[in-house]
Amino acid sequence: MNIVVCIKQVPDTKGGVKFNPDGTLDRASMLAIMNPDDKAGLEAALRLKDETGAKVTVVTMGLPKADDMLREALAMGADEAVLITDRRLGGADTWATSSTIAAGLKKLDYDLIITGRQAIDGDTAQVGPQIAEHLGLPVISYAEKIQVEGNNVIVQRQYEDRYHEIKAQMPCLITALAELNEPRYMTPGGIFDAFDKEVTVWGRDDLTDLDDANIGLAGSPTKIAKASDKVRKGAGEKVALDPKESVDYIVGKLKEKHVI
Amino acid sequence: MSLEEYKGVAIFAQQVDNKLSSIAFELIGKAHELAADLGTEVTAVVLGSGIANLADELGEYGADKVVVIDNKELETYRTEPYAQALAAYINEYKPEIMLVGATAIGRDLGPTVSARVATGLTADCTSLEIGDFPLVAREGQEQKHNQLLMTRPAFGGNTIATIACPDNRPQMATVRPGVMQKLEKVAGRKAEVINFNPEIKPNNRFVEILNVVKNVATTVDIMDAKILVSGGRGVGSPENFKLLDDLAEVLGGTVSCSRAVVDAGWKPKDLQVGQTGKTVRPNVYFAIGISGAIQHTAGMEESDIIIAINKDETAPIFDVADYGIVGDLNKILPALTEALKAELAAK
Repeated sequence: MNIVVCIKQVPDTKGGVKFNPDGTLDRASMLAIMNPDDKAGLEAALRLKDETGAKVTVVTMGLPKADDMLREALAMGADEAVLITDRRLGGADTWATSSTIAAGLKKLDYDLIITGRQAIDGDTAQVGPQIAEHLGLPVISYAEKIQVEGNNVIVQRQYEDRYHEIKAQMPCLITALAELNEPRYMTPGGIFDAFDKEVTVWGRDDLTDLDDANIGLAGSPTKIAKASDKVRKGAGEKVALDPKESVDYIVGKLKEKHVI
Repeated sequence: MSLEEYKGVAIFAQQVDNKLSSIAFELIGKAHELAADLGTEVTAVVLGSGIANLADELGEYGADKVVVIDNKELETYRTEPYAQALAAYINEYKPEIMLVGATAIGRDLGPTVSARVATGLTADCTSLEIGDFPLVAREGQEQKHNQLLMTRPAFGGNTIATIACPDNRPQMATVRPGVMQKLEKVAGRKAEVINFNPEIKPNNRFVEILNVVKNVATTVDIMDAKILVSGGRGVGSPENFKLLDDLAEVLGGTVSCSRAVVDAGWKPKDLQVGQTGKTVRPNVYFAIGISGAIQHTAGMEESDIIIAINKDETAPIFDVADYGIVGDLNKILPALTEALKAELAAK
């Protein structure tokens, strides 16, 4: 079985956030990690590899420095890694990103594609289902449990107040929740090997089944009109009183606002 | 694609178990404002099996038209038959705006359908308005009017972006539940009902639902509560939430919590407020022993009145609180509950 996991290098949102003059994110200047939902997807794939001997390939689209993250994935146990990188692909929205990644996936053998549910920078949760759409595959989003039975996957699909146990035919695409598992660490031997392995690099011209109209900033239907740091609501009053006075203060405010 | 062919504001009226979700009414409320600005009307599109009776309620909440797609394949949500039906609606009726709730259904259906009809989609919007793109006219670029400007948080709530979809139709957005306001229900208000029966064709993308397992229902949805008494790690123990239960009871409110409390296993996830929980906007939000990380405040800062009690005077919750009390919740809460009991008894 061939499993392809789509992973993304994301800025750690605990650090600062910076923008380019055109309103797109200045990813180059921020600390980078493997997106948590994607890492859970990779772990799920590696567990299937442990059980069934599946081959696991990781694919990313991003800046050349995403090579670091691919080597981390190799050190965790992935067999092969592909980096799709080209300046012409930059500034892509989810339509252009999913079109590009789908064109890359068409060059690979896959029975199962796993993506993270959403990335912690964009928070869109759109690229996984849109890749499935471009490839004509069944999609099961929000997976909290994945099993393989013969030519089918059985997935526990999360909703707000329930889950569905879903059976889908492979090939198919699953989006993984971080809750799915606890990703393994890289092994020392794995780290050593990862730096000897070849990472396949594809530029735009390697993706033949891809129209120029669907790539990069120009090929993105959605355009950023404005981006900024969040303006937070201003602080109100803050008091430090003894408990009795605190109670009087709160009761007074609730009366003033006609809550009681 | 001739953009002028696309007219009207449409919303996906989500139903589960043949009961309309609150988000359906919230989307109608927002769609009304947008339609008024555009001089057009609001269509609610409802998909399911045996759902003809839902049209009346959508009319009462303000839909001008209701398109009903009733088909056995749509009984329980599955991506492919729902995507076929909604894409067929878009191709046939050509709305200029299509809104979908950013629910576990909408965030799967929205991207699939937007890719199928080859348009853009903006995720998890918290504000929508009609305006110009670019916002300010630029030399050498046409400024388009009457565009949907979609505003959304990203980076875990650290940034806000406003996005337009100037060259493709429909302009599609998923909208965060609990943010937009419903209209008052007007009993007897009628929408024009249209039954639409596109072909829904089984293919390799149809999945099989083996099992539906519902979580143990909690009695109340925190998104509907007028008063929320919300606790964080500072409450100290699951037992100590009794103090919050008592305060909530006297005010007719509901207890909710922060992510730390869910992670510690003290409370179930459906009571969680914040980025990875629910967005709430009650009349009064008590933040008790909650430090107020941005992931939490993103889900509650639209509350009308925020009252925070925390012993750490540097806690970021005080930056969003209207009334902040630096003090010991163990001393303040029991006394507050007693004082409120006395006040309310005196009325």
